Amino acid sequence: MARSKDITGRVWKFGDNVDTDAIIPGKYLVLNSSTDLAKHAFENVRPNFSSQVVKGDIVVGGENFGCGSSREHAPLALKDNVGAVLARSFARIFFRNAIDIGLPVVECDTTEIEDGDIIHVDLKRGKIFNKTQNKEIPMTPFPQFIKNIIDAGGLVQYVKNNAQLESQELRELETD
Amino acid sequence: MGQTIAEKIFSNSAGRVVTAGEFVEAAIDVAMIHDITGPLAVKTLHEITDHVWDRTKVIMLFDHQVPADSIDAAVNHIELRKFAKREGILNYDVQEGVCHQVMIEKGHVLPGELVIGADSHTCTYGAVGAFATGVGSTDMGVALASGRLWFKVPDTIAFDIEGKLSRRVYAKDVILTIIGDVSVNGATYKACEFGGEAVAHMDIASRMTLCNMAIEMGGKTGIVAPDKVTASFLEERSVDGDFTLRSDEDATKVLRRYNASDMVPVIAKPHQVDNVVPVTDVEGYHIDQVFIGSCTNGRYEDLKAAAELLKGETVAQGVRMIVIPASRTVFQRALKTGLIDIFTDSGALVEAPCCGPCMGGSFGILGPGEIGLSTSNRNFVGRQGSPMAAVYLCSPATAAASAIYGVIADPRTH
Repeated sequence: MARSKDITGRVWKFGDNVDTDAIIPGKYLVLNSSTDLAKHAFENVRPNFSSQVVKGDIVVGGENFGCGSSREHAPLALKDNVGAVLARSFARIFFRNAIDIGLPVVECDTTEIEDGDIIHVDLKRGKIFNKTQNKEIPMTPFPQFIKNIIDAGGLVQYVKNNAQLESQELRELETD
Repeated sequence: MGQTIAEKIFSNSAGRVVTAGEFVEAAIDVAMIHDITGPLAVKTLHEITDHVWDRTKVIMLFDHQVPADSIDAAVNHIELRKFAKREGILNYDVQEGVCHQVMIEKGHVLPGELVIGADSHTCTYGAVGAFATGVGSTDMGVALASGRLWFKVPDTIAFDIEGKLSRRVYAKDVILTIIGDVSVNGATYKACEFGGEAVAHMDIASRMTLCNMAIEMGGKTGIVAPDKVTASFLEERSVDGDFTLRSDEDATKVLRRYNASDMVPVIAKPHQVDNVVPVTDVEGYHIDQVFIGSCTNGRYEDLKAAAELLKGETVAQGVRMIVIPASRTVFQRALKTGLIDIFTDSGALVEAPCCGPCMGGSFGILGPGEIGLSTSNRNFVGRQGSPMAAVYLCSPATAAASAIYGVIADPRTH
């Protein structure tokens, strides 16, 4: 399901190199649902996160957010509650996984964003506005290829749409 | 304009000439799933279609929670077993050991292939000249359904390592030195190509250690151009491949030079893999647990290096040592050659092949305030158990020397 492209929420600020073990510790990888995983998000590094996070809140990191494991459990643990993740840069596999499951991940300069700030993210128009600091933050645009996956609401839907298109084209060719 | 190994492999898999930076849809040669990431991948597959695209190209094994250490783990194993049986795919189940070791050891990966695994250390397979990369479960599910996946063709960093390694300095010290130099995101999105005199002299086991940790500097893969070492390794496994694959002289890549002769035993201090210092800087530091094993350093050659130091010695009082051969094959060989006797005589615990304490989700967990010394690949907060514990990363020789002295020790002085 494609989610809303318009997000406003409170900032949970983290530092550089937030790793996947910090997002979801290894012992919870036996869990496979976003609801179960969300209860343990950031448990080791920010124990009150899962009880206090409000739907639409924004997780903000520095460089290399999501480094480490390929566990999709990490973005999945955030997906239910977190409106978007903003970071100066992302680790490769986390970035892919987030895009694949439809968790908005945005590259931008997060240096001046502070914990507790209220931020508005407009994915459609590619704009981020820090309401607390009354400041616009430019975001790095997505390559078109990745934008297509985001617009579809994730990789599975993207693949399904493409398959549908292909079979439609095939049918049209056959009837030609 | 010439091409890198990565560009050549993606050109072949995409069916057209591609260069770094392009998005491609590429055909997958082999896909690997394990007990942790498998269930979500299968779920995604079933959201798209009923069956895997080619049952001969999918390999499954269980290694993270083996034997099942909880009911949740057992349920995951049951579901995956059913899936493997229904699909007719090869399932090594709990029997063979750590996925990356088994994939290479059994000859499932060939030079020039495009391989994905639902595990970040899939980059290990570059040791035999494949382009192998870790993916999440949705990517894996899509690949299982269609045999294809999208990639951005990566730029290449060529790590040229000249010179010869000194006594008791190993591939683990080389890769930790490199990560300490470039930092934990120094190679993000890049293919890390390892070459030079020192790499030419390395066996496949050492090359696997190098490539394994490419992800710890953000790399998309590690890769070593196949050569006669690769050829003889794969010949022993009765598999053939193209051993001429290499980057063209004029291919675009960033070059980073190192001299192996200057390298010393090093250690990554808590809680980041690039927090690397010479072992001599932390000699005498307290430790509670020593772990030798994992996809990084659980091979026969690693156990042998550790056993050389431990022979006739005992693990110091107050320290517990866990040794886990990375596969059944490694375990059997170590049994036959007496390495396991050396470990058990010294007081170490030897466990059956699996990931063990490396990911902190099974056994060998560190408690609050404890210090672990580990030959694995990550020392993040909470990685091996309590968030109040700390993990240092080192070579098997440094781990063995430290187990004997009961504190962090330099393997060259033993």
